[in-house]
Amino acid sequence: MRNRSVLLLRWGLLGLALAMIAAGLLRQEHLEVLGKAVRVCLECIGIG
Amino acid sequence: MSGMHRHRVRGLSLQRIVQLLSAVLFNGYAIGFQKGRIFTGGSKAVCVPVLNCYSCPGALGACPIGALQAALGGMKRHFPFYVLGMLMLFGVVLGRVVCGLLCPFGLVQDLLHKLPFPKVEVPRRIDRPARYVKYVVLLVLVVLLPAFALTDTGVRPPYFCQYVCPAGTLEGGIPLLLADPMLRGLAGALFQWKVLVLIGVVLPSLCIHRPFCRYLCPLGAFYSLFNRFSFFQMRLDERRCVGCGRCERSCPMAVEVTKDINSPECIRCGKCRSVCPTGAISSGFAVSAGEKSANRRPE
Repeated sequence: MRNRSVLLLRWGLLGLALAMIAAGLLRQEHLEVLGKAVRVCLECIGIG
Repeated sequence: MSGMHRHRVRGLSLQRIVQLLSAVLFNGYAIGFQKGRIFTGGSKAVCVPVLNCYSCPGALGACPIGALQAALGGMKRHFPFYVLGMLMLFGVVLGRVVCGLLCPFGLVQDLLHKLPFPKVEVPRRIDRPARYVKYVVLLVLVVLLPAFALTDTGVRPPYFCQYVCPAGTLEGGIPLLLADPMLRGLAGALFQWKVLVLIGVVLPSLCIHRPFCRYLCPLGAFYSLFNRFSFFQMRLDERRCVGCGRCERSCPMAVEVTKDINSPECIRCGKCRSVCPTGAISSGFAVSAGEKSANRRPE
């Protein structure tokens, strides 16, 4: 029984993760990630 | 994957080979180190599963913790479906395999711990509560402050990246400052603070195994939430276990292997599997109901 609920949770979370990625792609959030990642992040490197 | 560590190539364990390959794969833009420039290709729209600064000159992908803070504190102020979805995908498929096998900063700590310094076992009364600090770091520095705390200049900075992340200093700050005199001129008190934090992680790594992963890493904290029910699982065959305790003595994360093999603290490095004299420990992907995935012995 426990195995079955773990399995359900596992596949459910996988589905949710994929749905969230799809929603993010539709909202073009990946372009925001790209926009941030292609510029030197001054905070990250300690310049501020 | 039973007995993974018994296989060695030129003296390197398979874990080490996978760690080295993933470090090279995630930071494959070698010319960036020489020129002091970061990669600007389209692959940076994709988050890598590990703590790998996107301002590292070699980085080919985006750091998920940096991207999460940027999304929460950005101008659009929306729920970060894309980044959270990616983090959940990595978490539910792999759990903390990411920490044990893929993370370049984990590799750095592993190598530092190999150096001949006296090793320290952190007393349990300090170790156990201190492990919760990483959840506080995740909640406060990665989620709450970047989402809500405006500075005087009206921006929400990535607080974890700015004040804590030693991977950013090591992989991004130091190589870029070495290659770019203009950036060197801009480095001030904040850079000095970040170097101090890096030293504060590097020095304990010589004596304690993976102190950053144990106590501070917000990405490890996130993945640890998935460890019990990720597709990748450790398994203990209790019929074959002879209770010799070798697995627990060899565990770099001090996990009670025979009691809770899929503990949130397990980074799935496979050390326990390699030392088990009876082959009672195995690991792999569990996708159907017939496969036993999590073994917990009653206390």
